[in-house]
Amino acid sequence: MKMRFAWPWQLRKAGIMGINERNADFIMRFNPRRLYPLVDDKLKTKQLAIDAGIAVPELYAVLESEHEIQEIMPLLDKHSEFVMKPAQGSGGNGILVVGGRLGKQFTKASGEPITVDQIRHHASNVLSGMYSLGGHPDKALLEYRVRFDPFFEHITYKGVPDIRVIVFRGIPVAAMVRLPTRESDGKANLHQGAIGAGIDLATGHTTFCVHHNQEVTLHPDTGQPMSGIQIPHWDQILRLAVGCADTVGLGYLGVDLVMDQYLGPLMLELNARPGLNVQLANKRGLLKSLRRWSELEEIPKCPEERIRMAQSAIH
Amino acid sequence: MSAKKKSSPVRMWAMILLITGLGIAFYKSEFLGIPTTPEAQAEVWTIQARISFKGTGGPAKLSFSVPYKTPGFLKLDEDFISSRFGLTTETERDNQVANWAVRRARGDQLLYYRLSVARSEYPIEWSIKPRFPEVPQYEEPYGQAIRAILDDVRQASADVESYTRELLAQLNTQQPNENVELIRKRATNQEEWVREIINVLKGVKIPAREIWGMTVQDARNNVQLTPLLQVHNGKRWITYHPTSGAQGIPDDYLVWSVGQNPLVQLEGGTDLKVEFSIVKSYQELIEVARKGTYQLDSMFARISLLALPVEDQNVFRLLLMVPLGAVLMVFLRTVVGISTFGTFMPILIAIAFRETQLVLGLVMFTVIVSIGLMIRFYLERLMLLLVPRLASILIIVVLLMLVISFITNGMGAERFLSIALFPMVILAMTIERMSIVWEENGAGTAMKEGFGSLVVACMGYLVMTNEYLMYIMFVFPEMLLVLLGISLMMGRYTGYRLTELVRFKDMAKYK
Repeated sequence: MKMRFAWPWQLRKAGIMGINERNADFIMRFNPRRLYPLVDDKLKTKQLAIDAGIAVPELYAVLESEHEIQEIMPLLDKHSEFVMKPAQGSGGNGILVVGGRLGKQFTKASGEPITVDQIRHHASNVLSGMYSLGGHPDKALLEYRVRFDPFFEHITYKGVPDIRVIVFRGIPVAAMVRLPTRESDGKANLHQGAIGAGIDLATGHTTFCVHHNQEVTLHPDTGQPMSGIQIPHWDQILRLAVGCADTVGLGYLGVDLVMDQYLGPLMLELNARPGLNVQLANKRGLLKSLRRWSELEEIPKCPEERIRMAQSAIH
Repeated sequence: MSAKKKSSPVRMWAMILLITGLGIAFYKSEFLGIPTTPEAQAEVWTIQARISFKGTGGPAKLSFSVPYKTPGFLKLDEDFISSRFGLTTETERDNQVANWAVRRARGDQLLYYRLSVARSEYPIEWSIKPRFPEVPQYEEPYGQAIRAILDDVRQASADVESYTRELLAQLNTQQPNENVELIRKRATNQEEWVREIINVLKGVKIPAREIWGMTVQDARNNVQLTPLLQVHNGKRWITYHPTSGAQGIPDDYLVWSVGQNPLVQLEGGTDLKVEFSIVKSYQELIEVARKGTYQLDSMFARISLLALPVEDQNVFRLLLMVPLGAVLMVFLRTVVGISTFGTFMPILIAIAFRETQLVLGLVMFTVIVSIGLMIRFYLERLMLLLVPRLASILIIVVLLMLVISFITNGMGAERFLSIALFPMVILAMTIERMSIVWEENGAGTAMKEGFGSLVVACMGYLVMTNEYLMYIMFVFPEMLLVLLGISLMMGRYTGYRLTELVRFKDMAKYK
């Protein structure tokens, strides 16, 4: 008989961390509130990353007023492919990916046509704070549209797969890659039906995959197996993630990266309250690692050493 | 950033709040007699003293002893009914006297004193501390008899209490010896008998006095005041029945006055008559408690919400339920894990449901939000800026409410008018939030969150309209401290949410 639910002690034994515990024991303890603006505002994050030499998608422009939105045409003439996102958006909301242009008509990543007016309206919505936390007025960022590595082509349906690494006190504790599906409309959002594939920190191989909290082996749209795939540039990815954690100073951090065909791993955004799906994708609870590292008095300064610690702790 | 986990004082604060809140409530219910259920009824006795006399034509003055300290009973109401008489009351130690006076009194005069009392456990102490009496010069052979009895009693007793008990036993024995006979002959009624015992007790310097009162058991007329004996043991007064020797004030004995003062005194009149009658009735316990607490010397009784004007009371009746809804909200979100639109939106909807009733409210809410959503999807195509769009939705919501009211009013359904009480801003925000979630995360998520909000609103409604909870919150507002303690504790709840038990169900298999 299939279990409909798990008992709390079973989850406890499996080391699963719940939302409440994450909030009370890790976010509140290790993430000082004054650092939140650095990750909640993507413009600040980007600036910080550029200063620290961390690779990010190039920023084309920042739209801050209705006037700038009206004068958007020269920008669009210059860049026919771009991503428009709110500086203070959350959960991937309000992101518009424009993937091409045919005369006056633009197309979204999904292939749907979009007019310049619609692009302006989207920018205006972003500025008015529709996607920002608490509805504050916001800025719209126009940036380089990542050309995703063809490596992921056979296990992705449109959209850009992204890689999330959870870094705790500068030590990676878990990672997964989020693969868009037809259902998720090309978005790498697990709640909308994207697939989460756990990654072995030591080797960079994908392990298990979950779709809507259920284990799957084949991509629902491409029919390809998704386990056991070696993520390219894995060491570089881990170094990038650890570098982000060191730069921003948050103790419990989710680093979102993409693999660009030409530029390699790029940091997309940082998250001070990363979700818990990474546990499902890895079939492994986070608590064991988190507890182990939270008991350490001293964390090594050298990033390579921390990565080695993380990798040896897994096996 | 420290790696060491600091021990949080939350638990301590929560405990302090819980204990304080529950402690005050316990004190109020146990010692002030405030009932913990709204239906509880109390027996109330109304005692009426009818005082009549014939005026002689000149000035008349009448003093009447009225109950002041009434152990075992709480005075609820006191009325002095006297048409032409001027009234003053004076309090002396443990007694209170009503003085009626009139310039000219001719013919039949009638005065009433009316008192209602209810039982109470609240302890009442008498203030009089007596001096030790002088040993009187008893006349012989009476003195000899007293001394003989006192000697007998002394051998069989240890302290004032046992001494008095033993003395009463000997004086009231079935087979009296000649000494007892001698003393008994001197008293012809209970009043004289009490005074005789007091006199005997003076022989061993035990301070004693009489108290007067009546048995309030059933409704009856022609009630007589009867005396009881009290002796002072150095700390407090102990009461005895003068013939049976039973210790303590009987449960149904209402103390009217203390000491030998006459019940009533009249100057300038004749044919003085006092008649007592008792009526029993039932009142709501809370009403009894409300009246009674005015007279109690308790801070907690004074700061009762029941002392406020009725309109303010009604405001607080609602206000005090909101924290309860908020705590329910916290529970459903942190412990159960239901997701809703906005943090407190469901609670505001629940408050609106209070006015519209549940089913009607649910229907109205669903209708307005559905139509609003459809219009909102059209507005999306017009590409309006956010704030004007919100204002437009708000106006559409009000329009919808108006239309629904008109239609239903035409059908003669009055209650639909209460839809105007729906928080329209909340409705507009709900529509906006729902449409964004709809677009961003799909119809499924939007429906799920919308449904979750409605479920929470329904539960909030059921909790916030619960008669019993309303009563408890209103009469024991210190429950707010308890609610605060509970939310502090839930603020440090780090266990799994119920929804997580389902979400991570597959993980139970792994280690």
